[in-house]
Amino acid sequence: MPNIVVLVKRVPDTNARIVVSGDRVDLSAVKWVISPYDEFAIETALQHKEAAGGSVTALTMGPSGSDKILKDAKAIGVDEIVRVWDDSWSDLDSNSVQSVLAQAITNLGAEVVYCGKASADTGAGSTGPGVAEHLGWSSVSNIIDAKFDGGITVTSPVETGSAIVSVSGSAVISCDKGNLKVRKPNVKGIMMAKRAQVSVVTADAPTSTVTIVSQTPPPAKPAGKKYEGGSSAEEVAKLLREEANVI
Amino acid sequence: MSDSIIIAETSKGSIAPVTAELVSAAIALGTSPTVIVPCTDAAMADGAGYEGASRTIAVKGACFENYDASSWAAAIDAAAPSGIIIAAATPQSKDVAARIAARRGLSIVQDVVAIDGMNLTSPIYSGKAMQTVALSGDAAVSVRANIFPAANSSAANVSVVDQSGDVGTAVQEIIARASARLDVSEANIIISGGRGMGTPENFSHLEKIADVLGAAVGASRAAVDTWESIPHSMQVGQTGKTVNPNLYIAVGISGAIQHLAGMRSSKYIVAVNKDADAPIFAHADYGIVATWEETLPVLESALASMMS
Repeated sequence: MPNIVVLVKRVPDTNARIVVSGDRVDLSAVKWVISPYDEFAIETALQHKEAAGGSVTALTMGPSGSDKILKDAKAIGVDEIVRVWDDSWSDLDSNSVQSVLAQAITNLGAEVVYCGKASADTGAGSTGPGVAEHLGWSSVSNIIDAKFDGGITVTSPVETGSAIVSVSGSAVISCDKGNLKVRKPNVKGIMMAKRAQVSVVTADAPTSTVTIVSQTPPPAKPAGKKYEGGSSAEEVAKLLREEANVI
Repeated sequence: MSDSIIIAETSKGSIAPVTAELVSAAIALGTSPTVIVPCTDAAMADGAGYEGASRTIAVKGACFENYDASSWAAAIDAAAPSGIIIAAATPQSKDVAARIAARRGLSIVQDVVAIDGMNLTSPIYSGKAMQTVALSGDAAVSVRANIFPAANSSAANVSVVDQSGDVGTAVQEIIARASARLDVSEANIIISGGRGMGTPENFSHLEKIADVLGAAVGASRAAVDTWESIPHSMQVGQTGKTVNPNLYIAVGISGAIQHLAGMRSSKYIVAVNKDADAPIFAHADYGIVATWEETLPVLESALASMMS
């Protein structure tokens, strides 16, 4: 029965206003949530468990403030919640993050890992494939469907449509929304989550070689031209060719 | 000048135009690039010669028949020299670049939109802020399209390396997309509709304009959440796709922060909305305050006569 790990990350609510103060974003006032794509990963992991048995452990990297999203994952239905952290870590680069997560996954004895296709903060999408490489596992990214009929068969978009891919052996699978309806926590789950203990583990983080220089607001866009009435579409079409040069 | 490696972007059996932009990005990083072409037929690499690129390596292998991240990364890694790795910020290339970086113990900086020496800038929080990072050594970098100028083509100096990679996943079948229309993540022009379109059937009016322009049709989260027949694959925004086409036309979309996050970096934005105070207008190069019913027929016929 598979030992399943799902990676989750704490991010600002996607509707949050992002404020820059000095040369860093100021996240002191934002509401923190599980990164939305990670919810699809949790749902997929739970469906895998329902089909094949085993257990689902939610794993995050972060300081104690991340315990809340682990408890949210517990309320949705994962079995165990684990946080990997060392107070000396700050602004780890992608290689360090992936290395730390890979060590924790190895120590948990996982056979399959699910994660969101990207986190809502960086949007990079590097963690799934990067962790897979650190583990020496295969990976499939951005899946929009998963079936568990003895093995794992996933659907992943390709240039010409979508590929049906069968996964054998250990793998990291990153999840997009697809047609998933994610389950919401029920009262029993919320009560269990309140009492749940977060296991805190640590790992060795390699030295980061990418350092943050600054975070800034997006460049302001100069005011555009505004027209009244549908007939102005003719003028706009002309400008798209003659001024913007895009058609 | 230090070396860099460009992973050529391929599309339907040929080299995608963004590859020429990666050459300019490599030069902006002060590097001399080698262009790597993953392929099953080395002839494909003949189209991957650029002014400013030192050489082209066709990495030929059966594993490149279908996309499998682990075997692609292994085969490209084995054939590529050391240096900064540069790829296009497309879903597949971001994925394979992340694996190659991890394989070499390097970090990766995704979705780069500006390069200043070794300082790289990418959007974070879906474009609600920008982050600049400094590289202190080799790394992998993915670069967004439509940012850097395309390098001029030149005759390719191609060497061929045969590689095999152990394929970790097996593609059972490819289901072709029902519609011939482009996906929003691939298109240079996108026309999107929001809940202001009234009904999902009215998206046919957007499709007609998309057909004239060779554009993709997108949708806001509100539209996707409201109407079952508008699939999530069309959703542009923070929990959908982040796009930066040359032209983005938003119709009946008010411009929630969620949606803006996914499309604000588009080169030109046209907004059609009957509410003059809709937030989308603050981001539009060309705003039309009118209903879609009175605007789209005029737009369609103007564009059709222009494109014919």
